[in-house]
Amino acid sequence: MYAQMVKSTGKGVQSLEDMSPEERAFQERIDRGEKIEPKEWMPDGYRKTLVRQIGQHAHSEIVGQLPEGNWITRAPTLERKAILLAKVQDEAGHGLYLYCAAETLGVSRDELLEKLHSGDMKYSSIFNYPTLNWADIGAVGWLVDGAAIMNQVPLQRTSYGPYSRAMIRICKEESFHQRQGYDIMMKMAFGTEEQKDMAQDALNRFWYPSLMMFGPSDKDSVHSAQSMAWKIKINTNDELRQKFVDQTVPQAKYLGLTIPDENLKWNEEKGGYDFSEPDWTEFFEVIKGNGPCNKERLGARVKAWDDGAWFRDGLMAHAEKQSAAKLAAE
Amino acid sequence: MKKEWPLWEVFIRGQHGLNHRHVGSLHAPDAEMAIKNARDVYTRRNEGVSIWVVEANNITASSPSDKGPLFEPSNSKVYRHPTFFDIPEEVGHM
Ligand SMILES: [Fe+2]
Ligand SMILES: [Fe+2]
Ligand SMILES: [Fe+2]
Repeated sequence: MYAQMVKSTGKGVQSLEDMSPEERAFQERIDRGEKIEPKEWMPDGYRKTLVRQIGQHAHSEIVGQLPEGNWITRAPTLERKAILLAKVQDEAGHGLYLYCAAETLGVSRDELLEKLHSGDMKYSSIFNYPTLNWADIGAVGWLVDGAAIMNQVPLQRTSYGPYSRAMIRICKEESFHQRQGYDIMMKMAFGTEEQKDMAQDALNRFWYPSLMMFGPSDKDSVHSAQSMAWKIKINTNDELRQKFVDQTVPQAKYLGLTIPDENLKWNEEKGGYDFSEPDWTEFFEVIKGNGPCNKERLGARVKAWDDGAWFRDGLMAHAEKQSAAKLAAE
Repeated sequence: MKKEWPLWEVFIRGQHGLNHRHVGSLHAPDAEMAIKNARDVYTRRNEGVSIWVVEANNITASSPSDKGPLFEPSNSKVYRHPTFFDIPEEVGHM
């Protein structure tokens, strides 16, 4: 998802009997539904996995601003421009909430950013796809934020207090994102023939990358099992992907658009749709850095960081001077 | 130079008459910028009428391991609650 393929550090889930007394007490707190707070004891693996997951999630929010920011100056009306601006601004806030949550675990924001810029840490594969035209902005809000919501809603119940509170705040803002996207899609799908074609084309290009957001099947993964025991992952990737498909198909139908999957079929028995898996080879290529926009996205991030250094330093120098002057006056 | 902006904790009064409540944190070079950033990040949807910011390293917190000694003593002091006392109905509202 926004955090894809996060590896936990343990060797898999231990039974309560095999745990040290500290670990057992910790696991029992989680099982009781208690929240873990920053200064409290936690296993090393729990802390490390959380830093990776929250960090990757934060990076995704920030890098996720780029494909949409690309269209702010070219939005078709002033109203659409104001809406998109507000949406992209929210994403900056989401990044901030999450970096702050990660910082409670003993890393600094600058450290996390360094790891993003050096390629040590990843962001979601979805943001390595281009937004070619205005219909893509509709598809991103509808599908990408829609998929993000699928993942973020259950994470409001995650065991780590600061992460859970950040997710609650984010979820409150997220449904505006999806609705503004769907609103663009409605406008286009019910517009001229040409607009409808653009909407269909955007759906065609974003469908499988959106399904990839949930990550490959992890039903047999020891990392996921550990993360689920710690309640830093609530559902399997397949569960969330299925929910997303089931929710999205009727929405596409309403728009009169076709999901680009010949195998899409209602399955009465499971009470959900059967659908085709995305091309996982493509996914792994994108993760490795070979997607259509990886270089551009990371390049834009690094440039913004480097170009902003004089400004960050300047404000810091000013603040230090002010506080020294204040001290001297006292 | 390279110095990270310090961390600030943000408290917001949601409505007139309510306490300021902790809502989250952010980085800023000084208090003035922290207030401005807090306004942009934490009050985009009419969430507040007033903001406090406190530099995070100025906050002293109780330690989680002191939870027992700090808070357990009050468990046994049930008489601190009005419901501890039975007042006859004839007395009227009290
Ligand atoms: Fe977001
Ligand atoms: Fe997002
Ligand atoms: Fe969003």
